[in-house]
Amino acid sequence: MTGKKQLMIEPSWCKGCGICVAFCPREALELMNGKVHLKDADSCVLCGMCEMRCPDYAIYLKNAEE
Amino acid sequence: MPSDLIHEYMRIDHLPHIWCAGCGNGTIMRDVAVALDELITDPEFALTRDQVVIVSGIGCSSRAAGYMDFNSIHTTHGRAIAFATGIKLANPRLEVIVLTGDGDASAIGGNHLIHAARRNIGLTVICFDNLIYGMTGGQYSPVTPHGDKATTAPYGNVDRPFDVAKLAEGAGASYTARGDIYHVRETIDIIKQGIKHKGFSLIDVYSTCPTYYGRKNKKGEAVDMLKWQKENLIPVSKYYTLSEQAKEGKLVIGPLHHSNYPEYSAEYAKIIEACKEAKKGK
Repeated sequence: MTGKKQLMIEPSWCKGCGICVAFCPREALELMNGKVHLKDADSCVLCGMCEMRCPDYAIYLKNAEE
Repeated sequence: MPSDLIHEYMRIDHLPHIWCAGCGNGTIMRDVAVALDELITDPEFALTRDQVVIVSGIGCSSRAAGYMDFNSIHTTHGRAIAFATGIKLANPRLEVIVLTGDGDASAIGGNHLIHAARRNIGLTVICFDNLIYGMTGGQYSPVTPHGDKATTAPYGNVDRPFDVAKLAEGAGASYTARGDIYHVRETIDIIKQGIKHKGFSLIDVYSTCPTYYGRKNKKGEAVDMLKWQKENLIPVSKYYTLSEQAKEGKLVIGPLHHSNYPEYSAEYAKIIEACKEAKKGK
């Protein structure tokens, strides 16, 4: 669980339910054309709340390697 | 490319799943994957992936057996627990997990549910409880609250609902718990406890069906339904500290009942051993 993480979005799996947007504690996400979009990368603290609540596995944290 | 967890435990060529936008079933399925991952990687519990069998019946919930990359079987309506009982008795080493819905478990499979609970056979039944029949178009189920609307109850449901966890406890289940979509970590923990528990475990997880239940009952979008869960479903540790007035309209989540009644397949194995000994003595 060490190392830097990065936020990943898989737009083709996003159904635009807005759960991640509503429950993001930093209001860093928005819906754009019916898909989740990282509105403000600076406010994202990589907490992973979006990944935990996304029913479609369309947003998640990944270890930033390479 | 999905997350490592999804890549590891789901059949990703079958994803994205068919569930509607905002349906809670995907969250519950992920909770099950996280719970299994934590048990598989826990050297103390030493669960192997090959020991896990996922059994489902019919309904929205039951699609999960097709998505989860374990030994899995998608059975007939209401019969998941019956199939699971056979699997457990054939090989008691297996961790048999039933993924079912409120209709599948408490209506069509109601008898299998109560008798598996009565026997206290070591299955973990996870009920994706969305308060309605989703797949067939929004008919009321035995857990649809009194007065709520469904396609078959356009003026409101006359029936009293089952509390699936209490039903299982009354029938003899030795572990019952309730989870939801909002309280993810708590729900993963009760799924883990249910799997670790030797006897019959019933985990009733409140899902969200914005398409039928939500729309019919003016519950808003999926986000509104989650906010309702956040405000009204209270973890057991906090619930019992509330005043009677504060409890009004709130429901408790978390572990609800636990006992150490003997598990059925272990008792059955004892009979087999006793008969073998008796035969040797002849």
